[in-house]
Amino acid sequence: MARNRQAAGWRAIGSLRGVAIPALLLALWEAGAALGVVPEDTMSRPSAIAVAGWRALWDGSLVLATIQTFQCALIGLALAAMIAIASGVLIGLLPALEAVVGPTLDAIRPVPAVAIIPLALLIYGFGVRMEVLVVTFACVWPILIVAVSAVRGMEPRLMDIARTLEMSLAARLWRIVLPAVLARIAVGVRVSAGIALVVAVTVEIVLNPQGLGYSLTVAAQSLHPDLMWAELLWVGLTGWAFNRLLTMIDRRWLWRFHAWAGA
Amino acid sequence: MRRHALGLRLLALLFAALLVAAWQGLADARLISPVFFPSPSRTIAALVAMEQRGDLWWPLAATSLRMFYGWVLASLAGILLGSGLARSGPVRAYLEPFLEFLRPLPASAIIPPAILLLGLTSKMAVVVIAFGALWPVLLGAYHGFCSVDPQLVEMATALGMRWRSFLWKVALPSALPDIFAGVRVSLAIALILAIVTEMQSAQPGLGFLILMAQRNFRSAELFAGIVALGVLGLVTNQVLMTAERWLLRWRTLRG
Repeated sequence: MARNRQAAGWRAIGSLRGVAIPALLLALWEAGAALGVVPEDTMSRPSAIAVAGWRALWDGSLVLATIQTFQCALIGLALAAMIAIASGVLIGLLPALEAVVGPTLDAIRPVPAVAIIPLALLIYGFGVRMEVLVVTFACVWPILIVAVSAVRGMEPRLMDIARTLEMSLAARLWRIVLPAVLARIAVGVRVSAGIALVVAVTVEIVLNPQGLGYSLTVAAQSLHPDLMWAELLWVGLTGWAFNRLLTMIDRRWLWRFHAWAGA
Repeated sequence: MRRHALGLRLLALLFAALLVAAWQGLADARLISPVFFPSPSRTIAALVAMEQRGDLWWPLAATSLRMFYGWVLASLAGILLGSGLARSGPVRAYLEPFLEFLRPLPASAIIPPAILLLGLTSKMAVVVIAFGALWPVLLGAYHGFCSVDPQLVEMATALGMRWRSFLWKVALPSALPDIFAGVRVSLAIALILAIVTEMQSAQPGLGFLILMAQRNFRSAELFAGIVALGVLGLVTNQVLMTAERWLLRWRTLRG
């Protein structure tokens, strides 16, 4: 018991040490601004940033921007997951197909997703659709690669069993293949989820006039550095929270499949 | 079996050729709008024209150079920080939470502050690229330095190895495979950020070139730029993979 308490104490000190550097930086920043060492027209004071952030949160502009960004990121991710899982499972089940299609895919894959931005703009103009297109393009690849290798690495006996039971193709896919590969595909989806948010913000920063990225650019260009820093902080926080949420989903609902895949 | 593989390779080529031919056919028949999708022949013609005007190599060089600087900076910082985090308790205690917060921050989100602080300069681009490309190397290096074989560590202690030679002779080689995995991801990110920073700050390069092509509705040039960027990504990745194979040849020799 005593040892437990001591351990908890150490942990508390440990987490305090983690806060030390950011706190020190903030204090230096604030003090520097107060003394006029830090130029306030670009590095506005932490206290001003907090006020600006609170105001933006209160009038709803930040919330709206967040919803816009996440909407595009999630739609793009969902589309990418559907495309990638369907084609990944197909390619994984048919090695000949991979040999035929693979080189073409390998040639398209290194194209950076942001290079698609002008093309997407040309096709759809500003708005949700062009952003979704870019996000989808970026998110397809990790899921596709993982899906193919997951199907490839499936326990071969499972397919034997399916054959012995004379399962139909649909039943085979639904009851044998999908459960066996879901855990590994989930890993790919998690990677892509992180990419989705980053790409969505990037598209908005580069040219799409909506969402968090755009409001960040507007704040910077209209010389509201306090709002800009607040929004940067907010982007960081939402990204971090999103990441935590994904980890939680993974732990709560997908662990069963992890166990399966290990067996 | 050999003939089978050859046949498949031919089929793969055929498939790619068919795709390109279908694209050409659709474009020629005006079934897809030439405003959005120029035919492959027009794309190639645009690429050749750019080369002859001298509009291809300079932007390509500018983009690659910025990408390279940012990536080298990120790799060095990532390896240093990663080894520190993995091998030293206090460093981890002080830095880890801070870094954990910075990591999910989309690298492109720091472009507006970077522009405000550093202006529309190459320095700004390199800083943004380095920031974004840092994380995969950092994670790779951290993981690599954490998983140094404990027996090797004991051996080094028993031999009375100095800290520096331990790092150089034991820790770094055994962390290298993980570092390389991170470095490769970083390179892809560096290319992406090089393009984004160009688009944002109007610096000469392929990213700016394709943005301008889009603004002027020169879709053939846009596609030519995308193709060039794809080739750049492919080539840099191949170079790195070759380097990896060469640097890690001792692994396969022993295994």
